[in-house]
Amino acid sequence: MKELDVKQTAWIYKKMNDIRNFEDQVHQIFTTGSIPGFVHLYAGEESVAVGVCAHLTDKDYITSTHRGHGHCIAKGCDLAGMMAEIYGKETGLCKGKGGSMHIADIDKGMLGANGMVGGGFPIAVGAGLRNKYLKTADVVVCFFGDGAANEGTFHESVNMAAIWKLPVIFVNENNSFAEATPQWYASGSKTIAERAAAYGIPGETVDGKDLTAVYKAAGKAIDRARRGKGPMILECRTYRNYGHFEGDEQKYKALDGKEKKYADQDCIKDFRKYAIANKLLTVEQADQIAATSKADIAAAVKFAENSPIPRPETLYDNVFAD
Amino acid sequence: MARRITFMKAINEALDQAMEQDERVILLGEDIAGGADVKHLADKNEDAWGGVFGVTKGLMPKYGRERVIDTPISEMGYMGAAVGAAATGLRPVSELMFNDFIGFCLDTILAQGSKMRYMFGGKAKIPLTVRTCHGAGASAAAQHSGSYYGILGSIPGVKVVVPATPYDAKGLLLAAIKDDNLVIFSEDKTLYGLKDEVPQAAYEVEIGKAKIKRSGTDLTIVTIGKMLYVGLETAEKLAKDGIETEVIDLLTVAPWDQETVLNSVKKTGRLIIIDEANPHNNTATDIASVVSDQVFDYLDGPVKCVCAPNTPVPFATNLEQLYLPNSQRVMETAAELIADLKN
Repeated sequence: MKELDVKQTAWIYKKMNDIRNFEDQVHQIFTTGSIPGFVHLYAGEESVAVGVCAHLTDKDYITSTHRGHGHCIAKGCDLAGMMAEIYGKETGLCKGKGGSMHIADIDKGMLGANGMVGGGFPIAVGAGLRNKYLKTADVVVCFFGDGAANEGTFHESVNMAAIWKLPVIFVNENNSFAEATPQWYASGSKTIAERAAAYGIPGETVDGKDLTAVYKAAGKAIDRARRGKGPMILECRTYRNYGHFEGDEQKYKALDGKEKKYADQDCIKDFRKYAIANKLLTVEQADQIAATSKADIAAAVKFAENSPIPRPETLYDNVFAD
Repeated sequence: MARRITFMKAINEALDQAMEQDERVILLGEDIAGGADVKHLADKNEDAWGGVFGVTKGLMPKYGRERVIDTPISEMGYMGAAVGAAATGLRPVSELMFNDFIGFCLDTILAQGSKMRYMFGGKAKIPLTVRTCHGAGASAAAQHSGSYYGILGSIPGVKVVVPATPYDAKGLLLAAIKDDNLVIFSEDKTLYGLKDEVPQAAYEVEIGKAKIKRSGTDLTIVTIGKMLYVGLETAEKLAKDGIETEVIDLLTVAPWDQETVLNSVKKTGRLIIIDEANPHNNTATDIASVVSDQVFDYLDGPVKCVCAPNTPVPFATNLEQLYLPNSQRVMETAAELIADLKN
């Protein structure tokens, strides 16, 4: 597994900032009415997407969720193309036909955000089956929430990945709430990771707010999968800064109970401290990266705002491949 | 004499030839080989079943378990995996043992496989063939006898084909596997034993094209799947009264061949559609709607649909026979339409 070095640290810090800035911008813009539909923001969970994707190449696949912007950014999707997609513009990554919940870029190994909770599991298994069949060393990461863990697809897919020893890492983002329902209410098992035992595969729970913990655990899991040792479940305990969707009053958040530990942590500030203390970044470099990120997101917003809406005739495009 | 093989063998041969031609073609399904990881079978390289009806028999011994993959009883899981494998470059053929099991895995077709290309702005291709079977007449009762090709065909991004002859079964399946889209290939389980002439060499039958099985000028009968034989039987009876019936085997339910159907109705002015699906919002009602909209002025009477009743499929043999559209019912329907011709 690759240890955190200077180059990797800069990449990680930039991606974490990109996600936070992207989501904070979308949060603000959403209130103006410029963004149609609804959006589910990833802010607060950055260390999971970035800590995992730091180990992946464009040839590795990921499946994502309705809260997918962070996964897209971490997997290398173009920021301007993403923002334009969320605005419903023709220059969007999906030509304005997908929107926030369906951003995808297969060339980058991003098999799509997914509007169906639990929809990504079997698709990840299929991509893993493909990798195994073609005898590649590429892996698939299936990001899923604590809510999706209670869908039937979880059981079927984890079981299939286990019996076929597929290179699929099931990364659970346990942000404590499935919509407005707490994980501790909705799951019979205390953790998601402990369910792995039922499938005869390893499961591990880490502090998903700690980039270094996610980075390390994901690195091990991904290495293991590349060596043909099969799937595992990596549960990352985390928290979302915003509601389930924009406009959610979040009355279910207690902030003084079991969630407090995760709610109070800012994974980006913590990682910055860690990186500087361990001489992986200087203060100046960190400031420079943060400023570049802000500028990149501002440019993405400008691009999206100045882009044309889709031409009417594109309504009919791409229902079928010719 | 040309070679005659069964409907089932024709499908098996298409799969065999597709796998021979293209290593990206893999098969997924429940017991499509059977006996996975059973030593005495592995020692002899044998499959246990080759599918619940034996349609895929012999393919595992020939191509191995890497390409003929027995799945757990997990329709949602393996059908979704087939979508994922297709999106990442394989050309899977997944078998849904009975179309009645679609409830377990509809998401993979309805919300995932059919929509990826569109949602992703054209970046994805889903070259997936889903083989399944439909149809009453096998005493399989309500949960193993339904006909849901019409429901599936109403989903944008899905093609649905329903062959009626061994020849078309082979050619349509080879075309489906070559197609870069999600194609549902729905087999009538009561046709598996039907024998007819089928060329040995691989060939394709065009998806989206209906076939005129009998020409006529007085009445058009459009049929789906095994209803072809009900249509042909009726045409034969009507011919005795001097009524010339054009029988069209639709073959593709989605997108169905409007040109062939509309041209026929323009010629005959009368139309009966025989569809084994339940009567509301099925392929027959869709055809009736398009015909009424497009060629109303050519019609000499109402468009008639002869379908199954709006009930689940009953078990008792006599009730099941009543459920299925038959020639007597079509004759009664035709009598109304052709009354003016007889006078």
